[in-house]
Amino acid sequence: MNEREISLLVNGVERTVNVPPMSRLLDVLREELGLTGTKEGCGEGECGSCSVLMNGELVNSCLVPIAQAAGASVVTIEGIGAHGKLHCVQRAFLECGGAQCGICTPGMIVAAAHLLKRFPHPTREQIEEGLNGNLCRCTGYMRIFAAVEKAANTVEDDVAAGVSG
Amino acid sequence: MQSERVVGKPVHRKEGLAKVLGAARYIDDLSMPGMIYGATVRSAIPRGRILGIEFGPGIPWDEFTVVTAKDIPGKNYIALINNDWPCLADGFVNHPQEPILLLAHPDRHLLPLAVAAVRVQYEELPSVHSIEESETVRTIVWGEDNVLKSYLLEKGDVDAAFAQQDIIIVEGEYTTGAQEHLYIENNGAIAVYNERDGVTYWGSLQCPFYAHKSLMAVTGLPEDKVRVIQVETGGAFGGKEDYPSMIGAHAALLAMKSRRPVKIMYDRMEDMAATTKRHPSRARHRTAVTKDGKLLAADVEMCLDGGAYSTLSSTVLSRATIHSGGAYYWPNIRVRSKAFATNTPPHGAFRGFGAPQALFATERHMDRVAKAVGLTPEEFRSRNLLRTGETTSTSQVVRQEIDLKGWMARALDHAGYYEKKARFDRENAGSLRKKGIGFAVFLHGSGFTGSGERYLNSLVGVDATSEGRIRALVSSTEFGQGTNTILCQIAAEALGVDYDIVEMAPPDTSIVPNSGPTVASRTAMVVGRLVHSAALGLKQTLIASGLLGERYTTDELQEAARAYIAKHGGLCSMSRYQAPPDVYWDDQKYRGEAYAAFAWAVYVAEVSVDLATYSVTVDDFVALQEVGRVLNPVLATGQIEGGVAQGIGYALYEKVSWDRGLMKNNQMTNYIIATSQDLPPIRVYFEEVPFEYGAYGAKGIGELPMDGPAPAILNAIAHATGEDFNAIPLMPEDIAERLAVESPAAQEMAAV
Repeated sequence: MNEREISLLVNGVERTVNVPPMSRLLDVLREELGLTGTKEGCGEGECGSCSVLMNGELVNSCLVPIAQAAGASVVTIEGIGAHGKLHCVQRAFLECGGAQCGICTPGMIVAAAHLLKRFPHPTREQIEEGLNGNLCRCTGYMRIFAAVEKAANTVEDDVAAGVSG
Repeated sequence: MQSERVVGKPVHRKEGLAKVLGAARYIDDLSMPGMIYGATVRSAIPRGRILGIEFGPGIPWDEFTVVTAKDIPGKNYIALINNDWPCLADGFVNHPQEPILLLAHPDRHLLPLAVAAVRVQYEELPSVHSIEESETVRTIVWGEDNVLKSYLLEKGDVDAAFAQQDIIIVEGEYTTGAQEHLYIENNGAIAVYNERDGVTYWGSLQCPFYAHKSLMAVTGLPEDKVRVIQVETGGAFGGKEDYPSMIGAHAALLAMKSRRPVKIMYDRMEDMAATTKRHPSRARHRTAVTKDGKLLAADVEMCLDGGAYSTLSSTVLSRATIHSGGAYYWPNIRVRSKAFATNTPPHGAFRGFGAPQALFATERHMDRVAKAVGLTPEEFRSRNLLRTGETTSTSQVVRQEIDLKGWMARALDHAGYYEKKARFDRENAGSLRKKGIGFAVFLHGSGFTGSGERYLNSLVGVDATSEGRIRALVSSTEFGQGTNTILCQIAAEALGVDYDIVEMAPPDTSIVPNSGPTVASRTAMVVGRLVHSAALGLKQTLIASGLLGERYTTDELQEAARAYIAKHGGLCSMSRYQAPPDVYWDDQKYRGEAYAAFAWAVYVAEVSVDLATYSVTVDDFVALQEVGRVLNPVLATGQIEGGVAQGIGYALYEKVSWDRGLMKNNQMTNYIIATSQDLPPIRVYFEEVPFEYGAYGAKGIGELPMDGPAPAILNAIAHATGEDFNAIPLMPEDIAERLAVESPAAQEMAAV
């Protein structure tokens, strides 16, 4: 096996793995680093269940060879909330019924957090467009839209209260 | 009692925190020390004899565990109704993707290469791939006549009604396609075996005791040596009712032979190609109606494509048969139904379970009957919808206070139906974007059909732990619908304690009693009711023991429970199913109380048909339903919205492309479900008529929303285009073919 030593920043912590360079970022996160919150739904970049942030961009981790993530900063669902607190999107998903079976939820929350970074007060069209790479089979998306809209308002509250999201 | 009432409140999902944190552990998130990986060699042909199996070069076969039908210590079937579904093909295959041989190895990356290196030689035999081919019986692929099951439902004198003078007869044929569940989590299993404990199976599944029964049969092990544990399940929709018994049995066989823990995890392509889908259907309606629009008689022929083995087809067909009359009063009705065998992977349970097929046909047909008698769809329906005191197709008296006419009026009002209908009629002329509005009125029976709930004889427990926490003991599982939450709400309400101190016992067959399968919209109504009575029993035990007064706080109940357990060693109350009184069902004549209760609904769809691309968009959707008491408004609304989304997909997006029984588009890239940009606002309204025998008045809810969208949308498309489309999924190419040829719309477009 032509393994290679690759270092990357995962949820703010420097991690080094010895893996074949074409290993999927998804497998490295789940199997090497034990971060099983990131899910595999299709393995071909269609469903978005494996969504993570790489250098601030939303990516499907099933399509990213680990070599491409060398030196990158990766944020997974496990790192989306700061300091052991729920991220405002996580809290809104809980309150609005955004999660049903929960398998798309980690990817969906990462995508929603990314969306709110780009558009702190998104319109319904921006939400629909921003989440179109994340498939959900349970909810029909309506509770998810409600959760994102609620989280958008919470961002403001959190900022006003001096709390980091 | 100090606690607030919890039923009817939007309390948070019990396992919600773990889910939003990404901490919920699904089957692929679990691992065992020494675990190896399993894979399946499957049939490459639709039907034929297996002549030989060769293990090709380049693979270290001595490192592999190999299991064939000959290695099965018990019976070679998955235990369902007829036990005709082999666990592994033994010398003969009846559909593409049928499991033939199992492989296991510590390196999971080696498995796809090994599967490809196994060469199976076949003698291919003729196969059949549609209801039409199967019913000709030119090639017999199952039993004596390819008929997996048939029913005859009859009420009144249908032939005499059709022989009357001065009636109008309307006929129509309606077809529906297969539908893939597309739960986002693929099927997966882990099994462990040792001689002392037997087999333990951890799975992504709906029905732990179904899997338990199959694993007992396949392994030949006694009841106490088979243990099934449901882990967090990432969607199911019926797709994890029967197939997990297969994959669990496979993992168990590999674990028994290798003496190592074995994980089998399907990838998306294998899951879509090999596992069950919704039954395709063909319904033929012949309706007699008076000139003033009163329904006289229905003569319905309902056929399902069941696939290669009988599996659950008889029960799916049963529900399709009973729902074929829709929500109407028929003085005379006959439904002849058949499920045919084809050489396709067996079709199985999918949310709605035969009702979406039946109701698509009925509700599309009713719009056509209305037109034939010169009435609007709403006026025609208002003359024929069931009323309290009238009888359904199975002669069941509707005892519940229903107001279908009023509910229809309310749904149409929410949708702005009359204004839109008039406006679209006015504005469509000359427009390249035709707008339409249509609706469906329908019902869905809650719980098992007929005598089913009596046979299930479900048992439920509520106990207390030594820490004073309350637990619901059921085999009813959570896979997104809210089982955990509503059952804990019910127990908390019955005990008068805080929701936070109630939890679910692990869904493990060695811990929980058999409360039946998690199917048929039965969890809230039937199992919930048993949780309610078990909780009341626990409370009575504490009060009778003198440890608890008649009025108490949550803390006092917990203290009393701890004291009781210290004294007696445990505190558990059980409750067994009792049928509501005055219920009779005749399995032979298909007559009587088909369901303890029905849920009712009126769905209204507004659509646009683009005459340049022939694509349809649903622009607005109103879903009004009566499901008894709503136990949790956020969860219930989410259930309806999700069901409507699946129903929209069923009507317009989700097409399974078959090639001689093999699904060709077995990827998310080419099997299309709705994304966040493809859905209209789904506006949900509940009417609540509490059902006396349901938990706090609840009836079934999960399947209902799957039934209405397709007919409502196709009725709206008929309004928009003036064309009757009677087959789903309705794809742009189907619309193009019809409209581009000689319809008025095409001629009009040519003139624009």
